[in-house]
Amino acid sequence: MFGRLGELALKHDWIEYAAGLSMVLGGMGVCAWVTYQKRWKWLWKEYITSVDHKKIGVMYIFVAVIMLVKGLIDALMMRTQQALSVGESFGYLGAEHFQQIFTAHGTTMIFFVGMGAVLGIINVILPLQIGARDMAFPVLNSISFWLFTAGGLYILISLIIGVFAGTGWSAYPPLAGLKYNPGVGVDYWIWSVQISGIGSLLSGINFLVTILKMRCPGMTFKKMPVFVWAVLATMMLVIAAFPILTADIAMLTTDRLLNTKIFTAGSGGNPMMFINLFWAWGHPEVYILILPIFGIFSEFVPVFSKKRLFGYTSMVWALFGITFVSFLVWLHHFFTMGAGANVNAFFGIMTMIVAIPTGVKVFNWLFTMYRGRIDFKTPMLWFMGFVVIFVTGGMTGVMMSIPAIDFQMHNSLFLVAHFHSVIIGGTLFGFFGGFSYWFPKIFGFTLDEKWGARAFWCWLIGFLLAFMPLYLLGFMGATRRLNHYEASNGWQPLFIVASLGAVVIITGVVSQCIQVYVSIKKRREYRDATGDPWDGRTLEWSTPSPPLFYNFAHIPEVSERDAFWEMKQRDTWPKKPYEDIHMPKNSSVGFVIGMLSCIGGFAFVWHIFWLAIVCICGIILSLIIRLGNKHPHRIVTAREVETIEEGKGVLK
Amino acid sequence: MMEPRGLIAMKERELIITAALLMMIVVVPVLALAMIFAGKYRKSNEKAKHEPKWEHNSIAECCWWGVPCVIVAILAVLAYKTSHSLNPYKPIKSDVKPIEIQVVALDWKWLFLYPGEEVASINFLQVPEKTPIEFELTSDAPMNSFWIPQLGGQIYAMPSMRTKLHLIANRVGEYKGRSAHISGKGFAGMHFVVRASTRQEFDSWIQKTKKSPLTLGMEEYNALIKPSEYHPVTTYVLTQPDLFEQIIMKYRVPTQSL
Amino acid sequence: MRDAKVSPHQVMSHTDQGEYSRTIFGFWVYLLTDFMMFAALFAVYVVLRKNTLNGPGPKELFDLRSALVQTLVLLFGTFFVGMAGVYAHRNKRRKTLLYFGLTFILNSLFLWLMVSDLRRLIEMGQTWKNSGFLSAYFTLVATFGVHVAFALLWTIVLLVPVLRGGIELFSLRRLVCLRMFWQFLNIIWIFIFSIVYLLRGIP
Repeated sequence: MFGRLGELALKHDWIEYAAGLSMVLGGMGVCAWVTYQKRWKWLWKEYITSVDHKKIGVMYIFVAVIMLVKGLIDALMMRTQQALSVGESFGYLGAEHFQQIFTAHGTTMIFFVGMGAVLGIINVILPLQIGARDMAFPVLNSISFWLFTAGGLYILISLIIGVFAGTGWSAYPPLAGLKYNPGVGVDYWIWSVQISGIGSLLSGINFLVTILKMRCPGMTFKKMPVFVWAVLATMMLVIAAFPILTADIAMLTTDRLLNTKIFTAGSGGNPMMFINLFWAWGHPEVYILILPIFGIFSEFVPVFSKKRLFGYTSMVWALFGITFVSFLVWLHHFFTMGAGANVNAFFGIMTMIVAIPTGVKVFNWLFTMYRGRIDFKTPMLWFMGFVVIFVTGGMTGVMMSIPAIDFQMHNSLFLVAHFHSVIIGGTLFGFFGGFSYWFPKIFGFTLDEKWGARAFWCWLIGFLLAFMPLYLLGFMGATRRLNHYEASNGWQPLFIVASLGAVVIITGVVSQCIQVYVSIKKRREYRDATGDPWDGRTLEWSTPSPPLFYNFAHIPEVSERDAFWEMKQRDTWPKKPYEDIHMPKNSSVGFVIGMLSCIGGFAFVWHIFWLAIVCICGIILSLIIRLGNKHPHRIVTAREVETIEEGKGVLK
Repeated sequence: MMEPRGLIAMKERELIITAALLMMIVVVPVLALAMIFAGKYRKSNEKAKHEPKWEHNSIAECCWWGVPCVIVAILAVLAYKTSHSLNPYKPIKSDVKPIEIQVVALDWKWLFLYPGEEVASINFLQVPEKTPIEFELTSDAPMNSFWIPQLGGQIYAMPSMRTKLHLIANRVGEYKGRSAHISGKGFAGMHFVVRASTRQEFDSWIQKTKKSPLTLGMEEYNALIKPSEYHPVTTYVLTQPDLFEQIIMKYRVPTQSL
Repeated sequence: MRDAKVSPHQVMSHTDQGEYSRTIFGFWVYLLTDFMMFAALFAVYVVLRKNTLNGPGPKELFDLRSALVQTLVLLFGTFFVGMAGVYAHRNKRRKTLLYFGLTFILNSLFLWLMVSDLRRLIEMGQTWKNSGFLSAYFTLVATFGVHVAFALLWTIVLLVPVLRGGIELFSLRRLVCLRMFWQFLNIIWIFIFSIVYLLRGIP
């Protein structure tokens, strides 16, 4: 009846109890506060069933931030364990617990923080930048978001019921197979990644169609903002790469549930196939995490430098150069698996070729700053941090692309420092920059600059303290994922410095929380009355802050790149009679499918097969019911539009 | 690995330094320009020129497409050459006859078999200095990675598969080795000591080990593969010289369930 | 009822036309992703097809004649679905129902034949648990079968409103997608037939 779910599932050590308890109490606290404010109906109507891309984007970012906090707590626990667990002492975390923590840390950060931040920002900004009212498939957008959230819930649920995987976030068989890990941990990982992966794939289709089919009149490809180009390239990567992950994980699932012998070590299986397919997805994935960020920088660096973006054409070519080559490099994740000198050399050379267009982009941004008038608002600080950290990370990446070097560096802390440099310096700093830049557009008031700067310096200094020692440790022969090491290695001092860095980073996050709090308190003072607080260049700044639910009363007509900037220079604003606007209605199908997926995956994890089948049928039924819905649109009449627009005092 | 004691490790260190220096050619100007531009063109510096429409310069673009291309081309040649010269499967040229050691990764210890000398050891490797070592590796556990940083790079040890690694210790000394790929709970304890000694010392170690009361044949092996952590150094007389092959063959036979 | 001669296309408003075009294009992009997923399954099959552990392999196990019959059934099914699409565009309700119905019958037959084939193997004791080769074969073919089953269900779900009321615009959009899906499945089957069944003799 309950599969393999039993009381043993609730048995944990005291740290896990504390974590689970604080999470449950936190959740209950939030629910209590919402009830006290009598906001359940509002929440349901305004956010949970919303198909508005702006609301969905905000929800993605909200989930990403919560997962960031969880991931950072994991990181702090890992750092302190490694600082303490030397020689006679074994630290405070058992080996298995430690292994679950770094697996959860990696899975959380890549799938739920990285993808969440990227998908969130794209959701909020993309339609506004191309002059559209919403994404191509608003209900699909909602389904994507709730699948994403469902996946994330497993990481939190596994704190209380059962355990998480202890295999590392890449979950290689045979370790992740039935023989060595028959328990629920790997299954939680499987469903977390599989379900959120399907959500991402659907978003890929959605955003691609949006860009190709919904640009406003006059916006030809050459007039699109670079951010839109970046999203286009990214979605091509998503569409090609995510299905590979889906198939790969599905086969690991059949190995574990149905006893197939695809990735087993004996019986004719081939674990190396899992690894090949995983990284055939995995490498494009890291470019999925960084290309939109490159787009974000291409947006605000010109704005804060009061200057046109340097080299628009080569920026676009560079984006697609990176996209194309990123499919030809995946083997560099396992040079040490023994593929042979020629194969290794090919993939190594392909990998270093990617550095060329990436470097071009960095130069182009720097030369956008050249002979500009740079206002160092918080986003520009994050950009400068990116230049310092990402370029170092890129350099170490090119070093490791040489197979003979990688033989020493593979799986060492040098590797760990490399990818944290590019992901934190790139994805995270870019996200923070974009978040600060577009915050006034979404919420109607700017963020406090003082606390923003403090947060930035804490993150930068914290990052350097936390990860520069790791480069050194890699040179000293330190492998990743160790829960204990010998005293004679001489590694401990560096681990202690790294822990200090983690603490400084947490201070940065605290500063960011204070920044948001202070900004909310001072929101009247920081109000963005014009909709254009930074003297922006692209179409999203032509809307009020926050934009109205239909984005534009009149779909803009564009004739130049940097469309809004040109409109401002000419000071001509098209004035047309108002028209009826068709907007999609809210729908609960996204939420329902998300929750059914979550329960269904949970059922598979615990082998409660009847429940899993019920959930699958429920999902199919929801889709059929949705198909039957004949009037999913509502019409905002011209009169209503006029009233809203005039009420807002906006007559552009 | 910055204190190499073996030929392979020395060449790898050279390569790391070369590659890093080559890349500094791009990285240093980028960081410098970033700082200079940030300082010179900040808003408060009224004296700096402001050209809001300047967005294109062919010479500049040629520079930063061109110079990285040249550097990458040099690195590519290096990568190709060293991918061959430092290929773990490539035997090391030497007048000295190589010694063959078979490595089996187990849960959570390393088993070393000396088929020629008919001894075996756990978590301890004795090798003669200046002698090429031909490792053959497999695993009877999940994937592992065999790594002795001071002697050279690593190679995966995988069940049902056979990988190879060639190393050489240039000097007498004690070096540390470990597993560089997570294989479960006790993976952190999978470190071992490599003692490179003179040829005489090596031979006397072999003689001593051959007098060991512990034997390693198929039966003892099956007891050994039970999971254990931080396994103490143990030496055996190897009574089954083809044990390595037997271990690989285990995976080639059909098993109905796991 | 709308005039039977006028295609729903022609009375589409500007908004509807946009939605039609977006939906068809979006579905096409989805088919690309499904293709990539099958590509991964094919890659695994090609790598594992030799791993029979000295048991019977493709040559011994695959009934080429049955595969040929399945191919023909599927091909005719697809031909009929193409016809169905044409009639749907022309707003011919009865013909649309007829041809989608024929597609449904033929593809159900296909599914039954495919499942029988797999059942035969299981009864011989050659299940997916035996070896890498069999696992890869079963996974690939069963995934395809699941796709066919979904398409059959989808066919019924879409034909019900057509039966009741006719081919309105939003039905046409979805019928076209369904037709594309059947044609896509046919293409995948061609790959399966070639790579799995025809190549069984080649080392």
